Amino acid sequence: MFEALFGRLTWDSIILVQEFEDPNLNTFITAGAAAMLPVGGALVVALLFWMKWWKPLFEWLTSVDHKKIGTMYIIFAVIMLFRGVVEGILMRVNQAVGLNGGFLSSDHFNQLFTTHGTNMIFFVAMPFLIGLINIVVPLQIGARDVAFPKLNQISLGLTAVGGFLIMISLLVGEFSTGGWTGYPSFTGRLINPGVGPDYYILSIGIAGLGSTLTGVNFAVTIYKMRAAGMSFMRMPLFTWTALCTSILLIFAMPPLTACCLMLGLDRYLGFHFFTNDMGGNLMNYINLFWMFGHPEVYILILPAFGVMSEIAATFSGKRLYGYVGLVAATMCIAVLSFMVWLHHFFTMGQSTTVNAAFGIATLLIAIPTGVKIYDWLATLWGGRVRFTTPMLYLCGFFVLFAIGGLSGVILANPTLDYQLHNSLFLVAHFHNVIIPGTLFGVLAGIYYWFPKIYGFRLLDGYSRITAFLWAFGFILAFLPLYQVGMMGMTRRTVAYENPALVPWMVVSGIGALFLGLAFTFVLLTLWRSVVNRKKLMVPFGDPWDGRTLEWWTPAPTPEWNFAVLPKVDGRDAFTEAKAKGTAYQPIEKYEDIEMPANTYYGLIIAALGSGLGFGLVWYMWWLAIICFLGCIVTVITYAFLPERKKIIPAAEVREIDETWRRAARESRGVTRDDECNEANQGLARPDIITNP
Amino acid sequence: MIDPPSTLAIAESFLQPMGPVAAEQLRHLKLVTLLTMIAVVPVLVATPLILWRYRRSKPTGKYRPNWESNRVLESLMWGVPILVVTLMGVSLWNMTFRLDPYKELGKDPLQIHVIGLDWKWIFIYPDEGVALVDELVVPEGRAVELTLTTDTVMQSLRISAIVGQIYAMPAMTTKLNFLAARQGEATGMNTQFTGNGFWKQKFQVFSVSQEEYEARMKKVQASDLALTADTYALLAVQGTAEEAKKSLNIEDRRGPIEMVLGDSKIFQRVLARYMVEDMTPESQPGSPSYDPAKSPLPAAPEKPMMDMKM
Ligand code: HEM
Ligand SMILES: [Cu+2]
Ligand SMILES: [Cu+2]
Repeated sequence: MFEALFGRLTWDSIILVQEFEDPNLNTFITAGAAAMLPVGGALVVALLFWMKWWKPLFEWLTSVDHKKIGTMYIIFAVIMLFRGVVEGILMRVNQAVGLNGGFLSSDHFNQLFTTHGTNMIFFVAMPFLIGLINIVVPLQIGARDVAFPKLNQISLGLTAVGGFLIMISLLVGEFSTGGWTGYPSFTGRLINPGVGPDYYILSIGIAGLGSTLTGVNFAVTIYKMRAAGMSFMRMPLFTWTALCTSILLIFAMPPLTACCLMLGLDRYLGFHFFTNDMGGNLMNYINLFWMFGHPEVYILILPAFGVMSEIAATFSGKRLYGYVGLVAATMCIAVLSFMVWLHHFFTMGQSTTVNAAFGIATLLIAIPTGVKIYDWLATLWGGRVRFTTPMLYLCGFFVLFAIGGLSGVILANPTLDYQLHNSLFLVAHFHNVIIPGTLFGVLAGIYYWFPKIYGFRLLDGYSRITAFLWAFGFILAFLPLYQVGMMGMTRRTVAYENPALVPWMVVSGIGALFLGLAFTFVLLTLWRSVVNRKKLMVPFGDPWDGRTLEWWTPAPTPEWNFAVLPKVDGRDAFTEAKAKGTAYQPIEKYEDIEMPANTYYGLIIAALGSGLGFGLVWYMWWLAIICFLGCIVTVITYAFLPERKKIIPAAEVREIDETWRRAARESRGVTRDDECNEANQGLARPDIITNP
Repeated sequence: MIDPPSTLAIAESFLQPMGPVAAEQLRHLKLVTLLTMIAVVPVLVATPLILWRYRRSKPTGKYRPNWESNRVLESLMWGVPILVVTLMGVSLWNMTFRLDPYKELGKDPLQIHVIGLDWKWIFIYPDEGVALVDELVVPEGRAVELTLTTDTVMQSLRISAIVGQIYAMPAMTTKLNFLAARQGEATGMNTQFTGNGFWKQKFQVFSVSQEEYEARMKKVQASDLALTADTYALLAVQGTAEEAKKSLNIEDRRGPIEMVLGDSKIFQRVLARYMVEDMTPESQPGSPSYDPAKSPLPAAPEKPMMDMKM
């Protein structure tokens, strides 16, 4: 009876019980982490009751507004980043004292790098970028929403299911120890019969499905919903990178889904896709995984490149240099990224010709990447560079990403990969592109677009300190790992025996602490800015003298984005309108606006998906079956329900829009000298340019 | 790159190369770094210069808000990376072939068969009829060819100071050719994560004179311990070599486990097991329910097993 109900879930699976039965430092750390879930959950619920926030919460959770969905992606990513950073610090500190064994047990360490990697890639980096794309793309192309708003909600719901599974594994059972790559046969059912690998495949499998749908949604949105006059070669660069990312998502996620499914069949039903015996072959998994995995790293970096392009142009008050080149380079990278997957396993014993060919294909990617960096530098050339926070991230990116590119080129050489594969050199390399690339891009993007959506700027001083802390912490934490890797230390090792490594590992551990501080400052910035929001308001909506359509709305942007859909006749449409003085001219005719109404669709799918995942992990078949059937019924039901729309009357739109335009015409605005002062109300005055 | 003190007795990595392969890898690393610098240094230099020249507070360069393309600059931007990548591509191609791990480094290389287990390596010397656990002894200056497989999850063997790594995979063999140019001691290890004991899966590599090598082989040939299907099954239990000594009843012996080759076909039998058997949790080494008594090896196949070379 008990077994039918709870499957393989027993009392001892609950981490807090383990701490009770076998108290030591390791169970204490895991139990502390596990306790944060119920305690944090209880606090949140209490807060909701206390502040009577239930209604607004559901207003958000059922919203199909792309700005709200984007925000929820980013909040989700920040929560997961908290976990990822703590795990990173634990591992780094453990290794700083890890000569012949640190304070973490091997099993605990192995779960840490697995959850850290899985979490950071799938539940931090991707939601961050997808969140930004959600918020920015419809605004940049002059649309009111995405092509499929409900599908967008489902994507978010599926991502949340993945996050739920990786979080709940803290509380019940354990996560995989097979690394974020999860190679079988280590994760196969003979070697690892526990729940860990099941949590792994279900969390990334289900979340991956959500990402595929996001790809479809944004590809269609960008193809179909651009403002009148916005030809492809007039799209802002961030939108271009979002388009390439969407295409990559559509083609790269299915191999991951297939991988997870096949490993699942091996584990649940005794198939032999990747087993050692009966003709199974783990090499197929490795190939499939990296057919997803390499494009994935470009999914992570391209949108960040897009942010960098916008920032370079805006904060140097100048047109983007080499627009055509940048678009071409982005496309080149997207296409090439499907042709290099083998560089993740040069050491598998395949023929030299294959290795050499894939090595050269990998080198080719360095060309468009290099061109992009030169283009951004040329964008600054002849500009008037303002050292705002996003610009600081951009500068850090130039210097540090160049180093990451250098180490990437080194690793592209099969000859050298034979030495450096699986070493900390590799770990240094990918953090070196992910932190100064993706993370800096995301943080810069959040600072840049935050006032657009929420109506107030982030505090300048705090943001600058945060940027410096990230850069400083990164340098300390990861550059030493290059040396350590060359000295022979492998990745994923809980301890080591070579005393010559100790000083490097200590520096790296200190760097990780600075990264923790940097994360704290992200939260601090947010908190202090919310408290001081009155002084940071930018109601006119254009705090940075922006160039593209998204700045052509009040801030916070109304639900319908644009009162009247804009027409475009150039690349920097808004800049041109401002130059001609037509940006805030009155509009004669307003029409009713139809927006999609709130729906519980995504929420229901998320709840059922979580039940399905949890039921499968613990062999609670009844739960899995009910939830699975529930999903199908939900989808069919919603397909037959009539579309519900919310009509916003023309009068209301007119009222808001006219007030905004009139005020803008009557105000003076500020020059860029006052960009970071309270005087900045989001209206840009033509700048005073000094020429030497 | 900072070289660690050369006084270290044991060569840990290719920064202190002990053989031609590692030495060439180190040289190639320096070459690639230098070549890439051609593309990277301009960025590192130009970033601060441009920021300074065009800073809004006190610019010294002219403001050109609509400047967006320049033929010469554009061709440099594409040309320089293309040139660097071409140069690098040529050297990549050549070096990949020159340092092909499958290429023999001399006539009639010393053949050694390697079986990766959790968390130890068995080195079988078929010609000498002996096997060593977690120790590899090779004569200085002699070409060596390892043929690797594993009887658990995938592993990767690397002796950084001498040669790079190659995966060892169940039911498959891979090859690694190398040569130790001077006498000395190096660390070898598994670099592919394999679970709790992974970090301990290291072994010592001794490059010795021909006489020492022969003497050492003679000593091992006199061992009273034999590598047979039975002792092999005990070695396959998860644990380090030291821990395996207990189950072999040789806890009191110091140094690596030395065995004569009781069954000359043992390597082939390990390879064959995944072809003919449906593995169970009890018979699969590395599984938590592995039981040496329930993990028989099949007979050696008639034909030699497949080679990984594609
Ligand atoms: C914020 C500070 C961070 C710290 C202190 C940190 C630290 C670490 C450490 C110690 C490891 C294990 C290295 C080893 O295998 O020995 C690791 C692995 C990894 N990290 Fe991070 N990391 C950070 C940020 C990130 C970010 C932002 C990402 C990606 C978005 C990321 C992705 C990964 C991945 C994919 C792995 C590999 C996991 C595996 O071996 O399967 N990390 N990191
Ligand atoms: Cu790759
Ligand atoms: Cu193979």
